[in-house]
Amino acid sequence: MPMGTFDFYANVLIPALNHGLWISVKIIVPSSLLGIAIGILVGAGRALGNAWLTRVLNAYVALFRGTPLVVQLMMWFYGLPSLSLWLEKNFGPGAAPVADLFRLSPYAASVIAFAMCSGAYQSEYIRGALLSIKRGQFLAALSLGFTKSQAFWSVTLPVALRRALPGCGNEIVYLIKYSSLAMLVTMNELTGETKAIASLYFRHLECYLLTALYYLALVTLATVFLRRLEKALSVPGERID
Amino acid sequence: MRTPSSPPPPGPLLNVVGVSKSLGGKLLLDRVSLSLNRGELKVLIGPSGGGKSTLLQCIHFLLAPDEGDVFLDGVSAREMGKKNIRSFRQEIGMIFQDFNLFDHLSAQNNVAIALRRVKKIPKKEALERARLELRRVGLSGKEELYPAQLSGGQKQRVSIARALAMDPKIMLLDEPTSALDPELIGEVLNVIQDLSEGGMTMLMVTHQVGFASHLTEEILFMENGRITESGPPALLLGEASRSRTYEFCSKFMEISGRDPAAARPSSK
Ligand SMILES: Nc1ncnc2c1ncn2[C@@H]1O[C@H](COP(=O)(O)OP(=O)(O)O)[C@@H](O)[C@H]1O
Ligand SMILES: [Mg+2]
Repeated sequence: MPMGTFDFYANVLIPALNHGLWISVKIIVPSSLLGIAIGILVGAGRALGNAWLTRVLNAYVALFRGTPLVVQLMMWFYGLPSLSLWLEKNFGPGAAPVADLFRLSPYAASVIAFAMCSGAYQSEYIRGALLSIKRGQFLAALSLGFTKSQAFWSVTLPVALRRALPGCGNEIVYLIKYSSLAMLVTMNELTGETKAIASLYFRHLECYLLTALYYLALVTLATVFLRRLEKALSVPGERID
Repeated sequence: MRTPSSPPPPGPLLNVVGVSKSLGGKLLLDRVSLSLNRGELKVLIGPSGGGKSTLLQCIHFLLAPDEGDVFLDGVSAREMGKKNIRSFRQEIGMIFQDFNLFDHLSAQNNVAIALRRVKKIPKKEALERARLELRRVGLSGKEELYPAQLSGGQKQRVSIARALAMDPKIMLLDEPTSALDPELIGEVLNVIQDLSEGGMTMLMVTHQVGFASHLTEEILFMENGRITESGPPALLLGEASRSRTYEFCSKFMEISGRDPAAARPSSK
């Protein structure tokens, strides 16, 4: 099937990449938002929780930072269903509702894997920022009659989030790039699409070069957006490092 | 709680009774008692590490005392329990050595936020009240500035405005001028003097002995978690008193080259 270069780009590669891009965005956006939410909760728990909670959360972070993301992704998608089989074998059909929970779709497995891993990293930034805030502002809020949770939400957290933002932004940039791993669990996202087209038409160089440009554009867009956000949230008179 | 219309009960406005506190196995406060009448200003001085800040935090129940109790207008803090202690706290304004302004809020919002969150006052009213309080401490025109854009003296005045906006019955001031450059101390002391002359009840930790001795009827000297001496400044600061207070004050007055009894509050 001979095909002109223009035809190949216009009718094959670009439509496929655009489709893949859309899937990638559908993975990246929810997993980065979930990652931030997990990061805030886990980071706050680690910075302010009791010894017991801190230990549990530290273990989560150590586990997810200390193992390759590919391995985690494989566990979520291929590993968990074995657990379902085991449950059904040992507890009969009654266990089916629980067992079914462990059979994740490729999409769910990707989002969960990325969010859990990203959350572990995000919690590091949030925790560091929370610890860097002097206890004085919290104390001042209590002295004015704030409850502890009011003081946390309206004083400590807004200051901490501003400080954590550059680090959290970096983590989102990483997430954009490692979202390409989703192709390993059969997702036809940007990299998955590229691989299929490249091997079908045997035009690897062009395909991967163009894909690289797509990622570069995504990362640039995210970076610009995060810069703007930092600027909009920056407090006059404070240094922006 | 009492209704605002009923007359204030007799007796001191603030009564601290036998307050003890240990932290990390160390006894920081050892059965401290003191009382302040309405409109009175008392000064707490003493060597660093003596427990002054701990005492103020215990009076405010930011730190719960191990023993003893604090009565404000006859109301026991202990009997308020954990749930209602916040309404007790609202009636006590606290000023910290390093201001503790909310970094992410403008001067006006620093004052308004507690009105909104704690007193549930609508935003517009809260901002208006904040503007008035800032004017009271001489900061008209600085409403939109953030803490990082203010001088130390201005920051401390914002923190005073923030406390005043809650209509406290009494103010606790923990070394309000210790973190300030010398040329900025006067503006803060002036505000404190105005408040005192306006009838505000205050307990103030300070090393500005000269300033304090002109405003206060009584100096309390605190050391090793205990109030060991108390009395009118003329008595305690007189050389003839042979007091620990005199000894302590003259030591660091030598450094600043002033005689404890001579320094006057800055004139305006
Ligand atoms: N959380 C704490 N745990 C143990 N010791 C403390 C704690 N907070 C303060 N201290 C100790 O209490 C003593 C009194 O401190 P503080 O009340 O700040 O004194 P002052 O204000 O008179 O300088 C100091 O020796 C200080 O180290
Ligand atoms: Mg102190």
